[in-house]
Amino acid sequence: MPNTSQTASSGFTLFPRLSGAAVAGILIAIFLMAFLILPVAQVIYVAFLEARTGSFTLQNFQDFFSTTLFRESFVNSFYVSLMSVVVATVIALPLAYITTRFNFGGAAVIQALGVIPLIMPPFVGAVAMSLLFGRNGSINLLLNQYLGFRIPFMEGLNGVILVQSIHYFPFILINLSASLRNIDRSMEEAAQNLGSYGMRMFRRIVFPLAMPGYLAGAALVFIKVFDDLGTPLLLNVNNMLAPQAYLRITGVGINDPMGYVISFILVAFSVFSLWVSFLFMRGKDYATVQKGGGGLSRRDLKPREKWLAWGVILLILAMVLSPHIGLLLLAFGTIWSFSPLPDGFTVQHFGTIFTQSSQYVWNTLVYAGSAAVVDVVLGTAIAYIVIRTGLPGRKWLDYMATAALAVPGVVLGIGYLRMFHGIQLPFGLGQMSSFWGIIIVALAVRRLPYALRACMAALQQVALSLEEAAESLGASRSSTIRRIVVPLMTGGILAGFVTSFATAAVELSATIMLVGRSSDAPLAYGIYLYMQSPAGRGPGAALGILAVVIVAVGTYLSQRIIERERARQTMTGDQH
Amino acid sequence: MNRISAFSAFALMMTSAAAFADTVTVVTSFPRDLTDPFKAAFEAAHPGTTLEVVSRNTNAAVSHLQETRSANTIDLMWASAPDAFEVLKEEELLAKVDVKFEGIPDVIGGYPVHDPDGTYFGFAASGYGIMYNTRYVQANDLPIAREWEDLKRAEYNGHVAMSSPSRSGTTHLTVETVLQGEGWDQGWATWKWISGNMNTVTERSFGVPDAVNSGATGFGIVIDFFGLASKASGFPVELVYPSVTAIVPANIGIIANAPNPEGAKQFVEFLLSPDGQKVLLDPAIMRLPVDPKIYASAPDGFPNPFSEEFAPGAIEFDVDKSGVRYNLVNSLFDVLVTYRLDDLRGAVAAVQKAEAAHADTGNKEAAALIAEARALIEAMPITEAEAQDPAFTQVFTISRAEPGTEVVGRQAEIEQAWDSFAVENYRKAKELADQATAMK
Repeated sequence: MPNTSQTASSGFTLFPRLSGAAVAGILIAIFLMAFLILPVAQVIYVAFLEARTGSFTLQNFQDFFSTTLFRESFVNSFYVSLMSVVVATVIALPLAYITTRFNFGGAAVIQALGVIPLIMPPFVGAVAMSLLFGRNGSINLLLNQYLGFRIPFMEGLNGVILVQSIHYFPFILINLSASLRNIDRSMEEAAQNLGSYGMRMFRRIVFPLAMPGYLAGAALVFIKVFDDLGTPLLLNVNNMLAPQAYLRITGVGINDPMGYVISFILVAFSVFSLWVSFLFMRGKDYATVQKGGGGLSRRDLKPREKWLAWGVILLILAMVLSPHIGLLLLAFGTIWSFSPLPDGFTVQHFGTIFTQSSQYVWNTLVYAGSAAVVDVVLGTAIAYIVIRTGLPGRKWLDYMATAALAVPGVVLGIGYLRMFHGIQLPFGLGQMSSFWGIIIVALAVRRLPYALRACMAALQQVALSLEEAAESLGASRSSTIRRIVVPLMTGGILAGFVTSFATAAVELSATIMLVGRSSDAPLAYGIYLYMQSPAGRGPGAALGILAVVIVAVGTYLSQRIIERERARQTMTGDQH
Repeated sequence: MNRISAFSAFALMMTSAAAFADTVTVVTSFPRDLTDPFKAAFEAAHPGTTLEVVSRNTNAAVSHLQETRSANTIDLMWASAPDAFEVLKEEELLAKVDVKFEGIPDVIGGYPVHDPDGTYFGFAASGYGIMYNTRYVQANDLPIAREWEDLKRAEYNGHVAMSSPSRSGTTHLTVETVLQGEGWDQGWATWKWISGNMNTVTERSFGVPDAVNSGATGFGIVIDFFGLASKASGFPVELVYPSVTAIVPANIGIIANAPNPEGAKQFVEFLLSPDGQKVLLDPAIMRLPVDPKIYASAPDGFPNPFSEEFAPGAIEFDVDKSGVRYNLVNSLFDVLVTYRLDDLRGAVAAVQKAEAAHADTGNKEAAALIAEARALIEAMPITEAEAQDPAFTQVFTISRAEPGTEVVGRQAEIEQAWDSFAVENYRKAKELADQATAMK
């Protein structure tokens, strides 16, 4: 490959080496300040005000800790998050292990299907789940009819744990798979030479080496479940922190400071859990030097193992895809009420949405696509700055970006209105707060933590010595990043892109505040419109199916790109 | 900073007034099923004018209007909950406009149709009812509940759903109606016994008809059009009006500094005209017109709130009383019922079990225990007089409290006291009832 940029950029080495990174760091910090910290601060500072006089006080925090309900909510949230991580791990581990360790037909399909739970559109998921698993859902109706008992899948905290782990296990699956692929084959071969095989090798060598990916995913699941309010609200569980905050912030005309106190505590606790996951990783080196191996060696399964693997995978897929099966039945069903299956089937609902959906689809692709691009660019840059440079305060970029996880969408939406309303954009674009571009920014900020965790995990597995080698051969910092670091991170970056894109495509809570005109509305907003009326349940579900299909196709395509990239790298690696 | 925003607001008003003179922008919480027919009818009646519908839920719509008041782009607010309009009115976000209409009475079912100060107008009425799933009722062999009192009975345990009054302005009015109809203590007792039979208290008002439609629950306490529209869409559900009900108008108001005030006024007048009122009879909408003439052309079986036989026990709804304690009642319901539903259900089920066990044993001691348990469940942490005292109620509307009023305590503090009161009472009630059951 020609080295054109080398001479051009070597002139800059007179300046301190860090300047490029420092400039990038400052720009990112400004972006995060303007679009995350300040808007949220504008809303959340109420937590520190005496409600009546408006003077500074910590009384509200004291009230929080002396209220039994809030203490219970905190314990419930913690318990649900922890259990969700456990259940999500049980789901993700076999899927990731089987598809990356063995030559397995349809691995790409399984990996793509594994992302689909993330794209359950709001309002629809819980309806579909309760139609299948609820007290009078299909399964319990059949159980009750033939066996005379019911299983409380969806009651109370159990329901939240079930839905959350089915919804968020892809975070673990994606990050863990990316990590497993990045493990050098020579490590495995060395272990085998030393006599380690099977489960022992997995426990002692493979899983520890995949730890950055696993922890990245598990931390995301934990924080996300801790802060998520959609699922508990739809299941009518309110003795948890996030729903408590939401209920107190959004009542008409209520200005209960406790809602903001809880929001503040959610943000603080998320940053704290992140810090704990850093402590776990500290002092360990996960990088592997050689990139020749192209991941673990894959072996063929024996026929019996193949049946077992397929059995496990199909069982898991049936479980995680159950909301989508419910959604399909809703979309094609006529009336579905107190019966195991809908009364009849029809394609009419798709006809209803056909005329209006193209605008929604286009908007969704533009918004979610641009937001995901912004996210991986920022994610890669932040990961590089945090891990590879010595910039003072660099960790705070990470903390700031990750804090977005804990900011309820409504809070961000209100913050944007407060910050950007009345700012007139040039070129006839109208007001900044009702300009569609602001929706992209909101989505990008909300989904940045997903991309960031994936990029961090990917970069942690790239050995510093590879970059040093490149630099000692005369490559400039920027061309090292471009030619060595980013290509080696491709898997992680794409994983980040996919998660950001898929989840941004069905985001509603912030967008509903910011959509200024119906022609600017994305799919999730359209689904919301339909799902507000009894006649709209079918068309809403049909629109949901459309969203799922679009994102699934996108995911499958990027999965193919990862695989092709992988194959290319392995081939070039084998030549050396 | 202020000058800049004032200037841009001015600039925006200029541009939007010039560019969108023929567009009326309305923010609404209503579903498409309702807005689409009105959009079509209005645009047909006023060629050249476009109705731009921005859909938000009521809370998001109110916050949006509050945050964007400096450069408002919305002409109209169109939603059910009267309380949302009260909030907007208090913050002077609604314009006072002289809208012309005729044939619409001032009062419907004891509730004023229009804002007496002329800032918002009722265009459709809604009552509250009990909606039930016929398949569910049949499968579980349940009688049909026609009155609020019926839902207290033990046979409905686990079969009832309602949304929280703090989440749904419409449910709030149902709660308040029973409180006013039966009195503070008796009304709360009714709600606690009904709630003890609930399997869920939902966070969205649409969650209740959704649960009844899908058969997740048998009975739901809902605003009538949810039931009527569900039935019209083919779900196996029915709706009954209890004799004590409240009729509440759904409203429309013109926003202060509207970009197109003339168009906004045109739309309000259209809604209140006979042509606009007729649109309400559309099977997907099913709301009660406020113009009594329209009922002549209504389909058979369509409820008429102006008729004699409709809800004979409808009470004179005291809007002022309701307004003073609005947030307090919401908070009280959440603390005593919503957040402690499991405790309450446990206590109520235990009492029901004890009563069944001693239905004809004539055991005096057990009867005394049961009576004590009942009293514990029904006990209230505050009296009606306290609930009307501004020094107390304004703790819950702290940001809008009158400057002169001395408030006592903080919301979190008071809620914590209520919470321990409720948890302790429900626990003790369950204990006593279990004791009574064990006594054979």
